[in-house]
Amino acid sequence: MKPSVDHVLAIADDALIAAQRLGEWYAAAPEMEEDVALANIALDQLGAARLLLTYAGELEGAGRDEDALAFLRDDREFRNCLLVELPDADFAVTIVKLLFLSAWQLPLYAALAEGDDERLAAIGAKARKESAYHLDHSSQWTIRLGDGTEESHRRVQAAVDELWPYTHELFAADPAAPVDPANLRGAWLSTIEGVLTEATLRRPADGWGPAGGRTGVHTEHLSYLLAEMQVLHRAHPGASW
Amino acid sequence: MTERSEAGWPLWEVFVRARRGLSHTHVGSLHAPDASMALRNARDLYTRRQEGVSIWVVPASTITASSPDEKDAFFDPAADKVYRHPTFYDVPDGVDHL
Repeated sequence: MKPSVDHVLAIADDALIAAQRLGEWYAAAPEMEEDVALANIALDQLGAARLLLTYAGELEGAGRDEDALAFLRDDREFRNCLLVELPDADFAVTIVKLLFLSAWQLPLYAALAEGDDERLAAIGAKARKESAYHLDHSSQWTIRLGDGTEESHRRVQAAVDELWPYTHELFAADPAAPVDPANLRGAWLSTIEGVLTEATLRRPADGWGPAGGRTGVHTEHLSYLLAEMQVLHRAHPGASW
Repeated sequence: MTERSEAGWPLWEVFVRARRGLSHTHVGSLHAPDASMALRNARDLYTRRQEGVSIWVVPASTITASSPDEKDAFFDPAADKVYRHPTFYDVPDGVDHL
């Protein structure tokens, strides 16, 4: 059975919006080396998003290609989780978002790679290696910030506390999905708890979990992100280099 | 540990092995807070186009270099010692590829 368009869009939009947020650090990261690292990761995410959006367009069968899906949908049509659209108040927020996202994407892509759908399996096989690196990069930084100075510890703990509620949306049970997200929480938690412990950070208690991203109900931050991401394509439809 | 750069992070020299059988070759330098981050930064900066299969990073401050001022004393005396080159042997017939 082919996956539904919305299910593919959810994974695609997570990667696309994460890529756009990470791209905001381009030429603005704390050090030039980190600038390159974050831009590399953004491009990995964008690469996965392109493959997934193309596939979603084919499944939909309405003639929309990756560009039409990325640049001509409004916020209510995006299926990404809220986590990736949140603004990056500081470097710690960026790192913790990437940590939470990549610890989710890695087991997801690995499961897709073993799944029945050939296209998703091929995309998952390619993306899982990239995700492993994203997880490594964000883990390394979380450990250094958490077990670093008093100020870096304070900031990264604040980021963990603020973002933790948004992670619940990732694991909302959905038996119809190519990979039921509920099955990924065990792997995610064991990865995250290991990193937090090494980083001398406190794991927040589970409680309130904002949701809505998967059904198109987003925070106001997504609209601003889309405005910037889509303005050129909307102003000059079909423009090419 | 290592001397800090103006930017805040110490400088590391990067060596990349292009493929099995070749030696690691110096490709450049970068800044990183510690060795394992230096290795990761090197991966991003110097192997993004499949340039290598192995990376070494070395704190730049631990390298002892010959001084340009000593160039004459260091290297010129070798110039007229042709007997150090293996050019005075007769290669026996039948030995190819030597």
